[in-house]
Amino acid sequence: MTGPACEPAIQGERIALVDLLDRVLAGGVVIVGDITLSIAEVDLVRVSLRALVTSISGLMEAMDDSREYP
Amino acid sequence: MAAEGGWVWLYGVAGGDLGAFADGVAGVGGAPLRTITAARLTAIVGDVGDREYGEAALRRNLEDLDWLARTARAHHAVLEAVAERGPVVPMRLATLFASDAGVTGTLQERAEDFREALSLISARSEWGVKAYAVKPSDPAGESGHQVAGREDQATGPGAAYLQRRRAQLTASKDARQEALASARAVYAELGRFAVSSRLYPPQAPDLAGQQTPMVLNAAYLVADERAGEFEAAMADLTARHRFVQLTLTGPWPAYSFVGESDGPGPR
Repeated sequence: MTGPACEPAIQGERIALVDLLDRVLAGGVVIVGDITLSIAEVDLVRVSLRALVTSISGLMEAMDDSREYP
Repeated sequence: MAAEGGWVWLYGVAGGDLGAFADGVAGVGGAPLRTITAARLTAIVGDVGDREYGEAALRRNLEDLDWLARTARAHHAVLEAVAERGPVVPMRLATLFASDAGVTGTLQERAEDFREALSLISARSEWGVKAYAVKPSDPAGESGHQVAGREDQATGPGAAYLQRRRAQLTASKDARQEALASARAVYAELGRFAVSSRLYPPQAPDLAGQQTPMVLNAAYLVADERAGEFEAAMADLTARHRFVQLTLTGPWPAYSFVGESDGPGPR
């Protein structure tokens, strides 16, 4: 996982990324290609996203705190 | 044919000849789009390199939100452009073949499934409907404050605080119950205008970029000729249900109505 230097447009773009990921990761036809995202991998991505978002919001809080109590 | 050491990325499958399509739309990894036809079906594909899209690289890159976002958007942009010309069955993200022959084989083996899916989504579109529980602006309400005021004189500030806190908790619990009831009602009501519907798990508030909890995350397959009615119903429901905030997204390519219900997503 790369650090929180990610996607300033996670919200606010015409299509919210989270709506798109719901569909492209859990929707669509699953056919057995030579490489196909398995269900376990989709779960993995979702867990990673949650962890990433949590770490970003944690970081933001830490930054807010440091502004309040320099 | 995929270049040596490359992969064929499959976006989706359409029926018949697409003609010119997706002009100026770059595919995943910036690769130009092309088609593979077999069994009177057309697969929309692009060629991607092994260094970024091979099995090991994919596993790593899927963990990178930036990469994932870019790739998901590119996959979607292609499907959206193709959908403008007619029905297209979207593939799940990252469906890759070592060569064109694998795609051709899949078209032949799954021809009936693809045709069935194409006929289901033809002249229909997917719409997304989400509902958020509305945060009560003043949970205790005015009467709560009056009660608290009286308590203040009778039994002191500690008891008044507890009573106020209880009233707040009750109000916010009630609001949550009301929001869930509204979500169920909205889901059922909109179903009357749809051919089919699916529920996704509610998005976590952090991911959804909303402060309030999501109580409904649904997708509907709606006949294009009824899209106006569907939107009117949304407006009507928005006015009637004050404990939820409703949002509508779409039209989407029919991601949620072509797959097996095998995943953590739509059921």
